[in-house]
Amino acid sequence: MRKKLAITGNEAVAYAMKQINPDVVAAYPITPATEIVQIFSQYVADGEVNTEFVAVESEHSAMSATIGASAAGSRAMTATSSQGLALMFEMLYIASALRLPIVMPEVNRSLSAPINIHADHSDTMGARDCGWLQIYCENSQEAYDSLIQAVRIAEESLLPIMVTIDGFIISHAMEAVDTFDNKEVQNFIGKYKPAHPLLDIKHPITIGAIDFNDYYFEHKRSQIEAMNNVEPVILKINEEFKKSFGRGYGLFEEYMMQDAETAIVVIGSTAGTAKVAVDNLRKQGKKVGLLRLRVFRPFPAEKLSKALSHLKAVAVLDRSTGMNAYAGPVCTEVASSLYTHSDLPASQQAGKKPKILNYIYGLGGRDIFVEDIQKVYVDLENVAKGEKTEKLINYIGVRE
Amino acid sequence: MKNMVEIRWHGRGGQGAKTAALLFADSAMSAGKFIQAFPEYGPERMGAPVQSFDRLSNEPITLHCGITSPDIVAVLDPTLMATVDVTAGLSDGGVIIINTASSPAEMRKEMGLSGKKIFTIDASGISKETLGRDIPNTPMLGALVKVSGLLEIENVLEDTKKKLEKKFRTKPELIEGNILAIKRAYEEVKGE
Repeated sequence: MRKKLAITGNEAVAYAMKQINPDVVAAYPITPATEIVQIFSQYVADGEVNTEFVAVESEHSAMSATIGASAAGSRAMTATSSQGLALMFEMLYIASALRLPIVMPEVNRSLSAPINIHADHSDTMGARDCGWLQIYCENSQEAYDSLIQAVRIAEESLLPIMVTIDGFIISHAMEAVDTFDNKEVQNFIGKYKPAHPLLDIKHPITIGAIDFNDYYFEHKRSQIEAMNNVEPVILKINEEFKKSFGRGYGLFEEYMMQDAETAIVVIGSTAGTAKVAVDNLRKQGKKVGLLRLRVFRPFPAEKLSKALSHLKAVAVLDRSTGMNAYAGPVCTEVASSLYTHSDLPASQQAGKKPKILNYIYGLGGRDIFVEDIQKVYVDLENVAKGEKTEKLINYIGVRE
Repeated sequence: MKNMVEIRWHGRGGQGAKTAALLFADSAMSAGKFIQAFPEYGPERMGAPVQSFDRLSNEPITLHCGITSPDIVAVLDPTLMATVDVTAGLSDGGVIIINTASSPAEMRKEMGLSGKKIFTIDASGISKETLGRDIPNTPMLGALVKVSGLLEIENVLEDTKKKLEKKFRTKPELIEGNILAIKRAYEEVKGE
């Protein structure tokens, strides 16, 4: 039966995992993702899932065991956050290069030091180039839906995927979540047919063989191609999801972008707050828009830049820092895309690129309010008018 | 109901400020409202000051920032007021509900408050009588239902009962005690 539940982000994720009913979950708890593992282990103890639950001694082992289970031919999941993801780092590359369709909810949290348990995107941004697909969710509903989609996306593309929610802001906040019947979820994800299971002893294979300068590059090249091919898979599965459940999500969400002259690009829960800022400014007649980037890997460079290239100015909000990189990780990629892609013919592109500003915000859980975001739109308006930008990288809500 | 109502709960770790916020939002959802309920997380210790929050609206809520100017403040422990500014961000017409045996007039004098609506309820006393110990969150919930006028008490009692039945599978006496506590606080809360 479909049910509307008042649940937290972690509860929504654990509930989706229960309905996915994976063969194996190997996990180690870490704040703020602890509840996912805790609630799921309760499902196991209560016999509500058929999952083999492996309580491991670290996240490195959690990912290792999940890799082993997935390679063996099982539908395998784990969940983590922050330092836990950092400890998995070595194994993340192995999961993706072995083309194992592991699904991992990740609760975004800052990285030490200083020790902090609150939300920012440093953890998953640090893992952005390890060959995993990444979907950043705005709220609990999207996390629930995305996790169900993720099973299909991973298994069709033979790539691992992380689905993230902002720590505490979403993971510990209660909202209404429309959930599906167990059977509906099972019908949607289908029975898992592993491509090359190790336990298929009639077709023996080697996994994790050595691969020097003779073939390593070719294998990496084909792994890149696998990533390049995921975009249509995500869109196709989303269409099927829409048909079955009546709602869906694209690679990114465009909010009031139709006639916008300036826009903010942002990922995660802050997009929801930014929508209120857009609504307020629209009431004042300002032509402002919002683009919420949802799928960060694969990075939808072409589609994204086409959605932005007509604007006068764009501000990219990053909830992590590249330290001394060109800009924050999201801004760096958005700016690069706009340099090489446009929806204008090449002859008309000169001097027409939108001006770009980067705002680093919310590190270690520092809150960001509607007024903060409205100020960014004021900056954008000034830049659009041709006023000189002082700096590319700006900060919201930090004491200097 | 104005388009969005924001509520801030003040309590001490262990008093159930988070549970109260969740129960209230859950009931509000059943009544057809859009809801959010979230705790403020910090280093949690039994007895340390904590806060939790509710947002209720007739429209979908996309805000994901904290609540800085609540419409209603509920104080689970009056001793908090010595160290925490429980009225921070509360507008002049704002409402404050305090767990105390004192009257609203006495509290107004003690806090030196003007302009805000003050309600008092002896939630700890009710809790001790109905549950045998001082867990003031459910009586405060009853007082909030009355004061806010956002929800029907019958629905809240029914919803809360269902929720508590799950939580206290092995302690049925707590379910009845809590329901009685909500009912009594709903009837006994006083305001000015």
